[in-house]
Amino acid sequence: MSEEVLAILIMWSFIFVYSIFGSIDFGAGFWAMVYNNHKTMAGKIANRFLSPTWEITNTFLVLLVVAFVGFFPKGAYTLGTVMLVPVSLILFFLAIRSAFMVFSYSVQGYRKTMFFISGISGLLIPSLLIAVLPISQGGFISVDGEIQSLLLGKLFSSPTLYLYVLFGLTSELYLSSLFLADYSRVSNREDAYRLYRGNAILLGPLTLLSALFTLLFMAPEAGWLVDNLMDQKIWFILSLIAFCIAYASLWWPKQNRPGIGRPRFTLLATVLQYGLASVGYGMAHLPYIVYPDLTIYEAFTATETFYSLMIMYIVGLAILTPGFYVFWRLFLKDKRYLQQD
Amino acid sequence: MDTVVLARAFFGTSLGFHIIFATLGVGLPLMIVIAEIIHQVKGDNDYAIMAKRWTKAFAVLLGVAIPSGTIVGVQLSLLWPGFMEIVGKVISLPFQIEIFAFFLEALFMSIYVYAADRLPKYFRLISVFFVAFGAVASAILITAVNTWMNTPDGFKIKSDGTIYDVHPWDAFFNPSFVSSAFHVAITAYMTGAFAVASVAAFKLMKKRSDRERAYHLKGLFMSLAVAFTMSFISTLSGHHSAQILHQHSPEKLAAAEGLFETQRYAPLAIGGFTDPKTEEVKYGIEIPWALSWLAAGKFDTEVKGLYEFPRETWPPFYVHTLFNLMVGIGTLLLGLAGIALLYWWFFIKKRGKPFPKWLLWSLVLSGPLSMLCIEFGWVFSCSGRQPWTIYRVQTTAEAATRNENLGMLFLLFLLLYALLSVLTILILTAYFKRNPVSKDMDKLYG
Repeated sequence: MSEEVLAILIMWSFIFVYSIFGSIDFGAGFWAMVYNNHKTMAGKIANRFLSPTWEITNTFLVLLVVAFVGFFPKGAYTLGTVMLVPVSLILFFLAIRSAFMVFSYSVQGYRKTMFFISGISGLLIPSLLIAVLPISQGGFISVDGEIQSLLLGKLFSSPTLYLYVLFGLTSELYLSSLFLADYSRVSNREDAYRLYRGNAILLGPLTLLSALFTLLFMAPEAGWLVDNLMDQKIWFILSLIAFCIAYASLWWPKQNRPGIGRPRFTLLATVLQYGLASVGYGMAHLPYIVYPDLTIYEAFTATETFYSLMIMYIVGLAILTPGFYVFWRLFLKDKRYLQQD
Repeated sequence: MDTVVLARAFFGTSLGFHIIFATLGVGLPLMIVIAEIIHQVKGDNDYAIMAKRWTKAFAVLLGVAIPSGTIVGVQLSLLWPGFMEIVGKVISLPFQIEIFAFFLEALFMSIYVYAADRLPKYFRLISVFFVAFGAVASAILITAVNTWMNTPDGFKIKSDGTIYDVHPWDAFFNPSFVSSAFHVAITAYMTGAFAVASVAAFKLMKKRSDRERAYHLKGLFMSLAVAFTMSFISTLSGHHSAQILHQHSPEKLAAAEGLFETQRYAPLAIGGFTDPKTEEVKYGIEIPWALSWLAAGKFDTEVKGLYEFPRETWPPFYVHTLFNLMVGIGTLLLGLAGIALLYWWFFIKKRGKPFPKWLLWSLVLSGPLSMLCIEFGWVFSCSGRQPWTIYRVQTTAEAATRNENLGMLFLLFLLLYALLSVLTILILTAYFKRNPVSKDMDKLYG
């Protein structure tokens, strides 16, 4: 494996991990708004998960940017130039959301505003984030001599963008429903569990449909990507199988107890489903970061930098793992936290 | 305004805003750690209350520090894509390690805030220690990138811009790194301590019950002790940073001092402003020989003047004023902390007298002044490097985005910063009004 491929593999893994955690994070914000004051406490459970974790998820987003600059500086140049407006908007919403998350913890009066802001930005931010996919597949960047710029008008009038956004949003809500179903069950809240399970049953097929439509109505400039995706069929078939198993497991009987569904299994199988599809999509996208002007080979960093970054990732991960473990024990496992009131 | 000026104004505003919260985000955790330690060693519950209340304030400030830091980090790529292309190749290492420090801080902050009641005492101290460690490590790592811009190292560049022969660790430990990073960390501690002193002094101005007065006096004494120590160290480290300027960025030192002719026995110009017409410092006080001595410890040290360098690479003249303000305020604060501590020793501890109003008022001002000092220092460091973004490698114009859409976005973010500032003040006052010290004390002492 060449260094460039190794770097994009790591980068793509980060993006995958963030897309899962980000979906759960923003989705939880959305559900906390929808089920604010709901009799099942579904909103409260979503918020209980969100309070200690959003900061970590946010850090992961910064990690994505930093890793990208470190591994593919030329890519940072291109995307930094063309993504000025959409990314600035993301930053704007993110800042307001983060601030209110913290403020509402300190002063109760801001609770309602926080639920509203976190819920709305839970849809807006992911929509803007996923816009990078249609942009990177070509056709939306004009090159005038040295100067690259984003064709905002063309982008916003393109069905591809909206289908990607639809796919992104349905996936976000599906994943977060599954996660919160599992979280509700661990918290011993069967009524909230049933609510989130119901959402997942509804959303699952929608994610599949929107994925299909996104593929069918790809912009004409993305012909190269469609061809490549066809070559990676096998990954998508495997992904579809994983989906079917995951979806079916929503009806499996509970171990040793009455009740229905195995949310932990469903969640993990769904993450596998998205993982398989990501491998297929990622391989089809290679070697381009932004089609047709920027490949991973042109964008790659200095070799020495690459190796020192790799070493530091290993060291950093080794240092942080115990911290993450303590964190997981305290907020995702500890019954005293999960089952308060 | 042209795009480059706009990009500088935009990014400068974002940084200037972030610096306030980032500095307190480094400074306050140290105070919390010290209070936790005193509490656990002496068993005095007042210090537990302090730690708890400062943590509350810190958590609110973090609510702005995190998003504004995210903004600054991402805006680097948006506003300075040309710069980040070189950064990615040469000096991405500290950025990446900074992420780990950031993770550490975020993890343990959540643990300290949301799980404090479920934690044993010693683990609370460990958590808050990691928060403080993560915060100061972040600051030091980010400063590594900034110092590399001032004294770039660890790579070579061809005339067509190709980067080769990269040594990431040499870039990290560039000539000004240790000195500047140390200065940044110490001055952040100094500012955190003065901020606490400001609040304590303010609280002492009104008549209070004896136990509340005792509480605020403890807070004031502790913060003054830290502030004095840190101010003193920062004077020394600032002096060392100036010597690094003499060695590695002579035109910055020359502009800071308004020195045009290269000379031995160079004078130190204090105050006044650099007149662009006559090319000399006007209305300043000159101390003969002092600059040469400060630059390298000898009176006959040759200090380079601006005439030594091509005119188009001169930093703007106003950096002289910025430099004076930074040094002036820093020295003033050191003196103030010293006087307050002496007063403490002779009048309060020995004779039980209260602090006089004038001293309390000056102390109330110390926090904001210290923050101003930090801001002047950063503006001096970055505008004193102009016209370069990476000293003698890349100009600011080459680094900037070519995107024309900056105006509206700048306005949007100005509104955002104004909103966040107002909200922070509202939230802090609302919280502490609803939860006065007396309430915490009643809970603890009954």
